[in-house]
Amino acid sequence: MRTLIAFVLVSGGALSAADKIDFDRQIRPILSNNCYKCHGPDKNSRQADLRLDDKDAAFAKRDAATIVAGKPEASELIRRITSNDPDEKMPPADSKKKLTPEQIKLLTQWIREGAEWKSHWAFIKPERTAAPDVKHQDFVLNDVDKFILAKLKASGLTPSKQADRVTLIRRLSFDLLGLPPSIEEVQSFVDDKDPKAVEKLIDRLLKSPHFGERMAIYWLDVVRFADSNGYHSDEPRQIAPYRDYVISSFNSNKPYDQFVVEQLAGDLFPEASMEAKVASGFNMLLQTTSEGGAQAKEYLAKYSADRVRNTSSIFLGVTMGCAECHDHKFDPFTTRDFYRFAAFFADVKERGVGNPTPYPVMTDDRQAKIAEYDKELAQLRADLNKVTPELTAELQAWEKTVAEKVKSVAKLSPWHALGPFKAANFDAAFATDFGAEKEIDLKKQYKNQKWREAKQYVDGKPHAFNGDNTALYLFRNLQVDAATKLSLSLGSDDGIIVWVNGKKVLNKKVLRGVAPDQEKITVDLKAGDNQLLMKIANASGGAGFYFAASGVNLPNNVINALKVAPAKRNQQQKNVILAHFRGLSKTLAPTRDKIAKVDAARKQYVATVPKTLMTVAVKPRPIRVLPRGNWMDDSGELVEPGIPQFLGQLEVDGRANRMHLARWVVNADNPLTSRAFVNRLWKLFFGQGLAAPLDDLGAQGTQPTHPELMDYLATQFIDSGWDVKKMVRLLVTSGTYRQASLTTPSLREKDPYNSLYGRQSRFRLDAEIVRDNALALSGLLSNKIGGPSVKPYQPAGYWRHMNFPVRRWQASQGEDLYRRGLYTWWQRMFLHPSMLAFDAPSREECTVERPRSNTPQQALVLLNDPTYVEAARTLAARIHSEGGDSAATKLTWAYQHVLSRKPVAIELEVMTAVYKKHKSEYGKNSESAQQLLAVGAGKPTEGNSAELAAWTSVARVLLNLHETITRN
Amino acid sequence: MQNSRLKTLLARRSFLGQSAQGIGMFALASMLSDKTSAADSVKVPKWTGVLDKLHFQPKAKRVIFLCQAGGASHLETFDHKPKLAEMHGKPMPESFTKGQPIAQLQGKKLTCLGPQHPFIKHGESGNEIAAPFPHLGTVADELCIIRSLKTNAINHDPAHTFMNTGTTISGRPAMGAWLQYGLGAAADDLPGFVVLTSVGGGQNQPIASRQWHSGFLPSRFQGVHFHSKGDPVLYVTNPNGVSREQQRDVIDAVQELNSLRNEAIDDPEISTRISQYELAFKMQASVPELMDTSDETKETLDLYGTKGADGSFASNCLLARRLAERGVRFIQLYHRGWDHHGAIKNAVANTAKIVDQGAAALIKDLKRRDMLKDTLVIWAGEFGRTPMAQGSGRDHHIKGFSMWMAGGGIKGGTTYGATDELGYNAVENVVEVHDMHATMLRLLGIDHEQLNFRFQGRDFRLTDVHGHVLKEILA
Repeated sequence: MRTLIAFVLVSGGALSAADKIDFDRQIRPILSNNCYKCHGPDKNSRQADLRLDDKDAAFAKRDAATIVAGKPEASELIRRITSNDPDEKMPPADSKKKLTPEQIKLLTQWIREGAEWKSHWAFIKPERTAAPDVKHQDFVLNDVDKFILAKLKASGLTPSKQADRVTLIRRLSFDLLGLPPSIEEVQSFVDDKDPKAVEKLIDRLLKSPHFGERMAIYWLDVVRFADSNGYHSDEPRQIAPYRDYVISSFNSNKPYDQFVVEQLAGDLFPEASMEAKVASGFNMLLQTTSEGGAQAKEYLAKYSADRVRNTSSIFLGVTMGCAECHDHKFDPFTTRDFYRFAAFFADVKERGVGNPTPYPVMTDDRQAKIAEYDKELAQLRADLNKVTPELTAELQAWEKTVAEKVKSVAKLSPWHALGPFKAANFDAAFATDFGAEKEIDLKKQYKNQKWREAKQYVDGKPHAFNGDNTALYLFRNLQVDAATKLSLSLGSDDGIIVWVNGKKVLNKKVLRGVAPDQEKITVDLKAGDNQLLMKIANASGGAGFYFAASGVNLPNNVINALKVAPAKRNQQQKNVILAHFRGLSKTLAPTRDKIAKVDAARKQYVATVPKTLMTVAVKPRPIRVLPRGNWMDDSGELVEPGIPQFLGQLEVDGRANRMHLARWVVNADNPLTSRAFVNRLWKLFFGQGLAAPLDDLGAQGTQPTHPELMDYLATQFIDSGWDVKKMVRLLVTSGTYRQASLTTPSLREKDPYNSLYGRQSRFRLDAEIVRDNALALSGLLSNKIGGPSVKPYQPAGYWRHMNFPVRRWQASQGEDLYRRGLYTWWQRMFLHPSMLAFDAPSREECTVERPRSNTPQQALVLLNDPTYVEAARTLAARIHSEGGDSAATKLTWAYQHVLSRKPVAIELEVMTAVYKKHKSEYGKNSESAQQLLAVGAGKPTEGNSAELAAWTSVARVLLNLHETITRN
Repeated sequence: MQNSRLKTLLARRSFLGQSAQGIGMFALASMLSDKTSAADSVKVPKWTGVLDKLHFQPKAKRVIFLCQAGGASHLETFDHKPKLAEMHGKPMPESFTKGQPIAQLQGKKLTCLGPQHPFIKHGESGNEIAAPFPHLGTVADELCIIRSLKTNAINHDPAHTFMNTGTTISGRPAMGAWLQYGLGAAADDLPGFVVLTSVGGGQNQPIASRQWHSGFLPSRFQGVHFHSKGDPVLYVTNPNGVSREQQRDVIDAVQELNSLRNEAIDDPEISTRISQYELAFKMQASVPELMDTSDETKETLDLYGTKGADGSFASNCLLARRLAERGVRFIQLYHRGWDHHGAIKNAVANTAKIVDQGAAALIKDLKRRDMLKDTLVIWAGEFGRTPMAQGSGRDHHIKGFSMWMAGGGIKGGTTYGATDELGYNAVENVVEVHDMHATMLRLLGIDHEQLNFRFQGRDFRLTDVHGHVLKEILA
């Protein structure tokens, strides 16, 4: 097999007489890659009862000793790997593994030297290492450089010289903010004679609120943050406040240990702050489903496994996910460890199938604002409730106007309700007599249900209740003085049947939502008591009904009270009338209006309070070991929460919870957490991790290129109090960081992948930053931080394959079209195609390292996506207006603005030619020019259209340049 | 390479100097044809795959995968079950269903639903196909019908993910991406992995772009979705007000300036970018050309039953052939119309009417162009449907269902494997999805155990730790 260049790593290194073999770096990878599958941690696939991942086991007494220190010729291991007998030869042919002669030599040499065995480096607590004593006046700026220099020197290489100031400020701006520097910023940095100019710049950038955005771009990949649920219908979810929490945490330089604890267990703090609860949304970032026919039990098992797989990858940089079905093949994680880890999350309130529930982000500010509304409302209501002589007089006048009508109105008892009764389907719900239809007996029991008084059903208002395929009965008594006709106005969701005195007077089988006046009927009432029975049958979704009697639009209790002669009314009846009249009184109208207004404002305010997913702890559900990961198999052992056994044991009274887990993750003794994080920070600023891959510090990962530096950084990070900005500052103020990125023939030959860091790396900007850069250069970029995710332009129909419901992308308006890329709506099933083209991940799983591809789709996006064309035409207007008088000065300005440098002659020549040709063409075809100048939602560019269209072509060239989208 | 590049630039500069009109470099390039554009002297070798040499003599060079999305009923398509007809209306014996994963029928009374369409024996082989597929009947002797397929996931989304990537866990590469990675691209101006979609005949279950994603493989291997409405490939159309020549001018300038930059800093990424811009520009012409079927004869259009690229399954079959001709390695068609929970009799007939003719025409058309011999055509959905009734329809079913393969190295006119007498469990020559993958790779000349990618410390492959080549169905 040929190997992809990007993934080749410098291997363990060749034999040289001087160096002693390093077990961790040179031997373990050979054993892990070739032997552990059958002689590793997984007891179920272990052959010949031989383990080579564990020192005691490897050196254990056997008939033929596997490894005899100092004696390769007596070691069975060497005999077997060098055997010519196909039955004896290791690894066996059917494993399709083969040791190279070089590897066999290494193993032999290692045993000869005494077979020194170390535990896997990443599982041992990092040691505080002193920087090597090396000197290089121009290069060494801090301890990081000493580690780098020592290794460079040992390889016969020298570091590169410092990058020029322009390159440095561009590098730092993109690395720390994800944004380009302005012409002025570049100039003042270049002119700054202060020997601490670089440090000053770095400190300024670290204070920028855009630093948090830049760090969030990375963190959101790691934790798999997205705006949609992921599986099947991929519904939208409310989670943006979590993103804003991440941004503000990096901006406020929250200690990483606190950051971790808040995310894993913020909800478990006593009196948890709203911020901590928002952080705890972390546990809800996984994919969920609401697919019809999905089994909750299966999906709860999936979610459980997802959390183990991703949480272990996110914070620890290990692949515990591999232990779901069998013990890990390479690292000492057992299946039992997997499910014990899963048990930490067994208290997370969630549905197996269905959308997760968001909660309002009720911060103190917001709470206070709502309290203000409530106070104002209380005052207004008190005003309304005052009894004044004017009100009393007004009431008496009103009573006279309704007195006659009230007399003829039936006296209605309160409603009684029975049910709902569940039926197989709507047809049955509508047709079945559940017992009440023949006779009405308010005392009787029907299938464990009883009649209950239902005073909440006030007349003249639609009422709602729930229950798919159900029937609900409603009963009331109507008392009239003499036989009369009564008009009823009814509404129902869905079907309705009405009986009066046992006679069916309405039978309507429909599917609809409830509204007033859907049915108008007139019924005959006899003198005295009349029985009215109503049945509401519902198919699915909400159910409801509406009832109003006769022409008097008064609630039942008001009518009943009014029927009593004024003198005979008790206090309650008086109150009922007065309370109702307060809603009609003219003198109280201004107060009522005010209440309505304030109430509406309060409601509106409450509606704007963002909601987000949070972790809510409930009684933990039982977690079992699932044999072979099979969710249907309940035969496995019940387990309690616990950390991987080989890493120790939590000292907890009773059942451990997520807080214990979180505290263990960030415990200074945890060998993994700090290393995983500093390794990733290193990647952000140097292009690759010290240890690759970034998500596997286990046996199958690679030993760090600079193990002492890795441990130095890891311990520095812990000792600093997990100070993220301090670590970033340490890295970017180093001489290593400041080097030029140009390669040299000797570097290329001796260190083609720059793993010795004899120069800086060059790489394409991340997807979001490609966009941010273009928008910033055009001046369109909004600098607003946070808030709901936004929808920039997206090709029509791109979402057509989503369903339940069918969705259409509705582009945002105004400023929200020009927000930074990290605010783009993240739809897992169909990620925005411009983002996707530049390797943004779908965030279904933890992504610690994006691929950096270079594809025709990227060219098509930069050339044709309206975002970039609009940015180009807006940039063109700036080139035209800010770039001086001549084409040459404009081009010079454009280069300085976009690339922070002046163009060389041949660049001017190429660009001038484009400008001239297109100016002439657009001059002859103003319609095309107008079209180009109107791309996007922004106002069409105004002015000399041929001129501006030609500059738009120039701007398009600039935005498409490799140099523009590359960090050097 | 840089020296010759420099020479070209210098030569052009001197040409500029002599030119009375002061013609620009890009204009010079424009005067020449597209083929000799500015980037010509900076060729980046095209990706030819990670496999130095194939493990086996390949029988197929490309794959056309006709995904019948939603889960077509095997009992109304390719698996004839007379016994189920006898049991119609009777309770489903509990021995079949006890302890089995069940989707929407969970907790419901389970009753047998007899096959809703008769089966017809076709061709010399006597391959049995249900009546709603008369056109497929005419190519029955090309098909190897597999009646014993099983899958692991009972809901649409994870079942598709399993079918495409060999696992239900998100983030793994799709089949087409694996082929790109292993074999490289054969097409010069088109992506190597193309996806086309159509709907009709049943409820349109969603399909996620993860189904053609490259997962942990480099993203250039991901499938490119061709759309029948709007831009056929996203962003393939020039901005408003920009002519093709002007677009060429812009690209030429980008290429010139990138080349200059490369002179200065010598970065292979720049060379790659230059070649990708060239490919992008070519795609801007080749994609519309591909989608424009006006050069097809009426007879061909009639064979498929289409009038051109209209987004239908039939026209997608025609486009699949055109893509195959142009060297595209993996062409995947999704027809989202097989989720028949109710009224399955009419529903199968309706969906069959939409897909039958196009699928049969594809096989005939490939055959007469002598391309069937090295094109593997696969027909499969993400799962089958229950022998038990769900009202008048059928629920999802994973324990036994049908698919077929034809062309490149497949023994046509055969039926392989069987389900039990009620069509519930695959019982004879059981085929796992991994086996289908292994067989597909084998036909392309690849040992499925030897196409690996190291991710998170482990060697991953399409067949995970499973997969057996179905030797009996190989020609």
